[in-house]
Amino acid sequence: MSWNLNSDRPIFIQIMEHIEYDIVSGALPPGAKVPSVRELATEASVNPNTMQRALSEMERQGLMRTERTSGRYVTDDEKAIASLKQNLASVGVDGFIKQMKRLCLDKDEVLKLIKDNY
Amino acid sequence: MSSLLEVSSLTKKYGNVTALNDLNFKLESGHIIGLLGPNGSGKTTLIKIICGLLQPTAGSVTVNGNPVGVESKKVISYLPDTTYLGKTASVKETIDYFCDFYEDFDADRAYDMLGKLGINPNSRLRTLSKGTKEKVQLILVMSRRADLYILDEPIAGVDPAARDYILNTIITNYDENASILISTHLISDIENILDEVIFLKQGNIVRFCGVDEIRSDEGKSVDALFREVFRC
Repeated sequence: MSWNLNSDRPIFIQIMEHIEYDIVSGALPPGAKVPSVRELATEASVNPNTMQRALSEMERQGLMRTERTSGRYVTDDEKAIASLKQNLASVGVDGFIKQMKRLCLDKDEVLKLIKDNY
Repeated sequence: MSSLLEVSSLTKKYGNVTALNDLNFKLESGHIIGLLGPNGSGKTTLIKIICGLLQPTAGSVTVNGNPVGVESKKVISYLPDTTYLGKTASVKETIDYFCDFYEDFDADRAYDMLGKLGINPNSRLRTLSKGTKEKVQLILVMSRRADLYILDEPIAGVDPAARDYILNTIITNYDENASILISTHLISDIENILDEVIFLKQGNIVRFCGVDEIRSDEGKSVDALFREVFRC
């Protein structure tokens, strides 16, 4: 699986986004064990230090926790995951709206397009 | 605790040409550092001094607190930018040679990587293509358990598919306490695996910082910044 990382933005932020999508979509279900830093780094073709940084940041945000001897796990706090999903969705929608505004489409036209194409 | 590599007031002159001008920096363990600069900026000169192949005009280099010499060479695994292996030897014989030469050489690792890249250990080096020869050399260098790997243009002659494999080899085969210094022009290919970059311009360090800092502060890739700093 390719992670499609872009060199223009900090890699650890893009890694976090990638893993956040995996958590929200259930590819990494609540309470699941997260693969080791090294495995993930190899999979994403990034430096293990960068992967470590992304995972520690996610831990700080409460999306993961470390069990001292057995490794890292996805949080089983369903509320946290639901709010993550909301955040990601609104970021996506904001971007979409901006793009539609650049095309000079008004709200009703956009809503119609969404209904027709969704 | 001393740094893995410490370069202080390092100057190198070739006649009246200054190749390196009063360089000062330290490298810590566990990092992958890109040494970037245009042709003739002093990258290879710096590397050769660290490896003890050139004498500095002034200044000093220490590795794990030791001056460049037997102790430093034990812990540095160096990939030069030219071929240095005997042409008539086979890959297997070369591996045996490395086993004899370096106590930290892991032959199993070398054979494993050769297998994955589909290189026959019995082939003679002179029968291999340029790219394959480069792969063999990189495998030999990465099969040592060194503290500091110094790779001078490691992927220049290698096809893009093998490049990906080699970069993965680099990421997976160094242990957390080792550092890797990579000099290259192929920035966009390697920048995602770097922690830090050193920009060298006419023998001076013009930038030494983390790569994600560049991306968040400048909003551009290391490759784009390089093109800007060194615009001709």
